[in-house]
Amino acid sequence: MKMHFKIYRFNPDVDQKPYMQDYHVELEPADKKLLDALVRLKAVDDTLTFRRSCREGVCGSDAMNINGKNGLACITDVAGLKQPVEIRPLPGLPVIRDLIVDMTQFFKQYHSIKPYLINEGPKPDRERLQSPEDRKELDGLYECILCACCSTSCPSFWWNPDKFVGPAGLLAAYRFIADTRDEATTERLDNLEDPYRLFRCHTIMNCVDVCPKELNPTKAIGKIKDLMVKRIV
Amino acid sequence: MTVPVRKFDAVIVGAGGAGLRAALQLSEAGLKTAVISKVFPTRSHTVAAQGGISASLGNVQEDKWEWHMYDTVKGSDWLGDQDAIEFMCRQAPEVVVELEHFGMPFDRLENGKIYQRPFGGHMANNGKTPVERACAAADRTGHAMLHTLYQRNVRAQTQFFVEWLALDLIRDAEGDVVGVTALEMETGEMVVFHAKAVLFATGGSGRIYAASTNAFINTGDGLGMSVRAGIPLEDMEFWQFHPTGVAGAGVLITEGVRGEGGILLNGNGERFMERYAPNAKDLASRDVVSRAMALEILEGRGCGKDKDHVLLKLDHIGPEKIMSKLPGIREIAIKFAGVDPIKDPIPVVPTCHYQMGGIPTNYKGEVVAPKDGNPEVRVNGFYAAGECACASVHGANRLGTNSLLDLVVFGKAAGNSMIDFIRNERPALKPLPANAAEFSQARLARLENQTGGEEVADVRADMQKCVQLRAGVFRNSENLARGVAEIKAIAERAKRTQIKDKSRVFNTARIEALELDNLIEVAVATLVCAEARKESRGAHAHDDFPDRHDEEWMKHTLYDGQSRQLAYKPVHTKPLSIDYIAPQKRVY
Ligand SMILES: Cc1cc2nc3c(=O)[nH]c(=O)nc-3n(C[C@H](O)[C@H](O)[C@H](O)COP(=O)(O)OP(=O)(O)OC[C@H]3O[C@@H](n4cnc5c(N)ncnc54)[C@H](O)[C@@H]3O)c2cc1C
Ligand code: SF4
Ligand code: SF4
Ligand code: FES
Repeated sequence: MKMHFKIYRFNPDVDQKPYMQDYHVELEPADKKLLDALVRLKAVDDTLTFRRSCREGVCGSDAMNINGKNGLACITDVAGLKQPVEIRPLPGLPVIRDLIVDMTQFFKQYHSIKPYLINEGPKPDRERLQSPEDRKELDGLYECILCACCSTSCPSFWWNPDKFVGPAGLLAAYRFIADTRDEATTERLDNLEDPYRLFRCHTIMNCVDVCPKELNPTKAIGKIKDLMVKRIV
Repeated sequence: MTVPVRKFDAVIVGAGGAGLRAALQLSEAGLKTAVISKVFPTRSHTVAAQGGISASLGNVQEDKWEWHMYDTVKGSDWLGDQDAIEFMCRQAPEVVVELEHFGMPFDRLENGKIYQRPFGGHMANNGKTPVERACAAADRTGHAMLHTLYQRNVRAQTQFFVEWLALDLIRDAEGDVVGVTALEMETGEMVVFHAKAVLFATGGSGRIYAASTNAFINTGDGLGMSVRAGIPLEDMEFWQFHPTGVAGAGVLITEGVRGEGGILLNGNGERFMERYAPNAKDLASRDVVSRAMALEILEGRGCGKDKDHVLLKLDHIGPEKIMSKLPGIREIAIKFAGVDPIKDPIPVVPTCHYQMGGIPTNYKGEVVAPKDGNPEVRVNGFYAAGECACASVHGANRLGTNSLLDLVVFGKAAGNSMIDFIRNERPALKPLPANAAEFSQARLARLENQTGGEEVADVRADMQKCVQLRAGVFRNSENLARGVAEIKAIAERAKRTQIKDKSRVFNTARIEALELDNLIEVAVATLVCAEARKESRGAHAHDDFPDRHDEEWMKHTLYDGQSRQLAYKPVHTKPLSIDYIAPQKRVY
């Protein structure tokens, strides 16, 4: 199958400004996913640059903007894509080269919510107990792969990447708030009590729409907002 | 050209489970620690582990570390070192509980304890009946563990060098390790990391095979760096083929599927494992199941129009269990096999999965190499843990869930050994040799200036085809001898690879060329070691020598990458505290 791609190119070493490059490539039957196609393109043009690792949608490396929507190349069926397939780096983050963006700001926000269990109590000899129902509260939260598809599709994050935590970070914040083993809910809510950090989310839902793991940051954000309201009352 | 030098107490190469567990130990001890990783830590391949981490917690049925040890020794086909195996199995409950305390979101039983499921080769009472020993977070155990360890390192303020590629190990005139060279991908700059102790936790090298469950980044860099620095590799003939890789895609379907009740069917709809392993059936050890599948296919009882795979059926365990305990598997089956396992079986084939061999270490994570007739002399300042290391706890065949355990047990042990070494033996940095970066610079210069060479992708593809064809599930003398000749020729071609992209910033063509150097070292080691072992043991199934031959072959292979010569060293038969588990015939 012959396919037509238009790919965003920018190499700061040689290019004054970014441009879109056309590629026509003959795909083999084994090339099922967009990532397979990109790997095939790279075998022809070794300057084409993108991140990839697991090729099964669990590592979060190959998030990119595919025909206008953020997603992971490795789990996107290539045959189903409208041609020419337009591929761009994730929007809103500085481009390092081609499809590789600088994720510093994204991780800074993730780190800002203290993404680790806080429980300074004495450690029992065995595991802490947690009921299956309490553990279930973490489903739909802990599975995040930090791919940044969500935050880079969020208009609030585009405008204030330094001040708004963004959907991925807020999902992580709620993952710890929801954990019965965590003892820092008050501190975590204080950390988000700010006109920007949490409240810039205007429930636009782009994040939910693009998450490749089918997680729902908006819902998690809603739950944090509920807790904020409850503690005022 | 002068290369900048950065100084640390400890440098860890690799931010998978093993590297992060070690880093935690060092950071929390207050040592100045750098973790270098070619990908952001949570993108390391530990994230892909599915089924579980073993520990004899006994949360479902009675279990004991002694039984875990027995299973591991038996699984290893008596090639595992019994001191290291005892150390690991005894530590297991403690390190798993520690992960829970770090915040790992394990699934839970009704009584609130960590959920445990059955797995291949996990038995109670020294091999009698299956026991639930695999501690799991759904079928995303590796993800849950890796993210938790990363998070804990954020708390400990570990210093990360993300998207840096380590190039070479630096040894001084006495052979002591004093640092590594590394390339910052974003800038293309090389830096010398000068350290009192260096740990390799660079993971596996499954990408030497054409069909593999491994990530693109699993290129055996730690092994390549060791070979280039004159450190031998151990037991490289032993590669685990996982029974259930998605046919055609390579993506893994965890053994946990069979742990939860899934079964394998051949083209006649027969549950063939009942014939090969009457007792454990579908939950026999991986080498046993993979061979049975390969035989069924070879003898014409495969499925599909080409009869080239078998089927993994799990619809009978019910949608509820599939959704709650195997949600990731369902996602993979739908995306990569085009079937929903709630209704239809998944087409699977044995697929290269795990490297049992690696950089030789003792159970403290110290790298050991032969010197003056002693096969195990410590290489000062050098440590290894995780899939790149060979402790050897997995011997000739690893038990499922023992790798995640290996990462945390030996990651922690190596961290502790490094702390001791830095405090007591090398409180000050040992000077760098004058030419510390020269070797790496020469490698980069070669690539820069190469003309008339071959494409990296072409050489890599030929290497993968060769290893796949010559060192598969079943091996024989003729095939292996051909493989050795072929891979040596491919290795010559790899010395002349050429890249078109010569730019500085994030040059992934350069990175792939450097990774190929490492893959090639591993591929040559694999074929040379496999060709020499004239017996069948664990994952090394030799048609011309179908039996295990303990008198002659119960020994570890040591491969010297520079001469490509082999030596052997004895298996550690003495456990730390209990009696020797003597070899028996392996039946499941
Ligand atoms: C699909 C799959 C499922 C599995 N499921 C299970 C399971 O359920 N239970 C189990 O016990 N085991 C399982 N395994 C095996 C287990 O996951 C791996 O053996 C283990 O995760 C390896 O961990 P590691 O820390 O050694 O290396 P990895 O997690 O692979 O990490 C390697 C690290 O080294 C870094 N690195 C490598 N080279 C360089 C370099 N040159 N410079 C800088 N950094 C470098 C990488 O960036 C990475 O951070 C599974 C394996 C696979 C492939
Ligand atoms: S719902 Fe909130 S976080 Fe999600 S895209 Fe909209 S504004 Fe952003
Ligand atoms: S919430 Fe979803 S889209 Fe956002 S980073 Fe996590 S996995 Fe990616
Ligand atoms: S390559 Fe890992 S998510 Fe796509």
